[in-house]
Amino acid sequence: MFKDIFQKKQKKKYIVVPQKQEQTRKEIPDGIVTKCKKCQHILYTKDLEKNEKVCAHCQYHYPLSARERISSLIDEETFVEFDADMISSNPLSFPEYEEKIASDQKKTQLNDAIVTGKGTIDSYPVVIGVMDPSFRMGSMGSVVGEKITRAIEHSLEHKTPFLLFSASGGARMQEGVLSLMQMAKTSAALKKLDKAGLLFISVMTDPTTGGVSASFASLGDINMAEPGALIGFAGRRIIEQTIRQKLPDDFQTSEFLLAHGQLDQVVHRHELKKNLATILKLHQ
Amino acid sequence: MSELDQEKSLQSIEKTIVELKTLSQTSDIDLSSEIKRLEEKAKQLSEEYYKNLSPWQRVQLARHAERPTTLDYIEAIFDDFIEFHGDRVYGDDQAIIGGIASFNGTPVTVIGHQKGRNTKENLQRNFGMGHPEGYRKALRLMEQASKFKRPIITFINTAGAYPGIEGEKRGQSEAIARNLREMAGFEVPILCFVIGEGGSGGALGIGVGDRIYMLENSYYSVISPEGAAAILWKDSTQAQRAAEAMKITSHDLKTLGVVDDIVPEPKGGAQLDKQAQISLLKPFVQKGLEELSTLAAEDLLQKRYEKYKNIGEIIEKENME
Repeated sequence: MFKDIFQKKQKKKYIVVPQKQEQTRKEIPDGIVTKCKKCQHILYTKDLEKNEKVCAHCQYHYPLSARERISSLIDEETFVEFDADMISSNPLSFPEYEEKIASDQKKTQLNDAIVTGKGTIDSYPVVIGVMDPSFRMGSMGSVVGEKITRAIEHSLEHKTPFLLFSASGGARMQEGVLSLMQMAKTSAALKKLDKAGLLFISVMTDPTTGGVSASFASLGDINMAEPGALIGFAGRRIIEQTIRQKLPDDFQTSEFLLAHGQLDQVVHRHELKKNLATILKLHQ
Repeated sequence: MSELDQEKSLQSIEKTIVELKTLSQTSDIDLSSEIKRLEEKAKQLSEEYYKNLSPWQRVQLARHAERPTTLDYIEAIFDDFIEFHGDRVYGDDQAIIGGIASFNGTPVTVIGHQKGRNTKENLQRNFGMGHPEGYRKALRLMEQASKFKRPIITFINTAGAYPGIEGEKRGQSEAIARNLREMAGFEVPILCFVIGEGGSGGALGIGVGDRIYMLENSYYSVISPEGAAAILWKDSTQAQRAAEAMKITSHDLKTLGVVDDIVPEPKGGAQLDKQAQISLLKPFVQKGLEELSTLAAEDLLQKRYEKYKNIGEIIEKENME
């Protein structure tokens, strides 16, 4: 009898304990730790943030948002944004395009897949464009093309070096051939910059593919990339389907491109600002 | 009536006409008025049919194996054509050809994607899908044209630049990108004709110019309809739907302000009458060259720049700046 009572109490406790544990779990804010996407190592999210979103273990470079990139490079309080309120229309009346844009605007707090503006890097003035891979995969439609073109025109007018961070799956399908033509438009603007003898530094980050890789991203006086970024013209799956063979793991990575003479440098994120500042200094 | 029904009823009328003709020859019955009536109906139906081809039907025509190729146009429209080879770096890409020729006595540089005219030739020409060396050869020939002040005429007809390992290693992206930038800056007139498939960056890689013309049944697209369908709906059999949604026909591109003019095709498509198609295209070369020859280099380049600057649609909220 005495034993029975004891057991009952135990059972009650047993039921309560897990609930308590769940509550404490909820009190821990989401994402205190992050499992590295590449090496599966458990990292403190705070440490990861402090380390410019680079895994301290395997050096995997996490994608940065456009805002994060700008604040990591541009001297404090020098950034002035251009064309912040430019937004996409739906020129082809493409099904569900407006909804997709609206949902990405909400998700990213951006109006489209690029932020452009001007500021200084170690006091050297630059015009800068940074694509954001989380907005429609960083794809280029009319807004991205127009913002880049206007930024280049600003560079021309003020004789300022132009710096562009690419992060894009390519041209935006929902704007069809208009997206394709943004490749020609941005490249035409870069021709003017080239003729004017002004510097253009292209930094390719993960991923830089398709129409973006086949236009402005490849047209830098200096083309550099972050380590491990996917960079290429055609998608891996398309190539595998076309040639009917498996591709090597390192295919279309920054390191692969460097080895094949397609890049000037692969630069670790920690070295990026210093590297850019030195290049800017040498072009004064 | 749906397109398919239209096609079916057209076919059945044509079949009946043939039957009636045979019958009237082998018997004494006079069927001439009935035959005439049916022939008129067939004519009306076919006109309607070809006027209202769906985007997907036009894609099929654009890809038709019998469609005139770049060399067909070059050989028929220009005199003294001499083909030049190689990019001086790696090799000679047979998917993109080029050389010099004369048009009504004016020296010009001609460049184009070359699809094979049969299977053997197609293998040799890689189905008109260029590699970096092809785009670099095109650039070399354009630089040469610029040096000798020759107008450039390009013929676009590719499903896309070739997606392969070698192309990636040798900088497919860089080769195309460089052409886009350099074509914006050549101080000679550039006319571009989309004669069949205008497949994405591979097409644009020789397609930046002062005048862009499309043959009526050609298409020009950021991605193949099959590719778009595979990405958007995870189903490449939805290509027809993608072809419609992406607005890829000559009429669509004219409306979007990308194309300057549409080159008409013989009824039923260019593949049915090559000579007629060549005669329909030739006046556009003449007109384009005439319009541009009077422009000073500076105006030519500024107009070219503005042409591309104006492509695209954006919304800007008021009261900024």
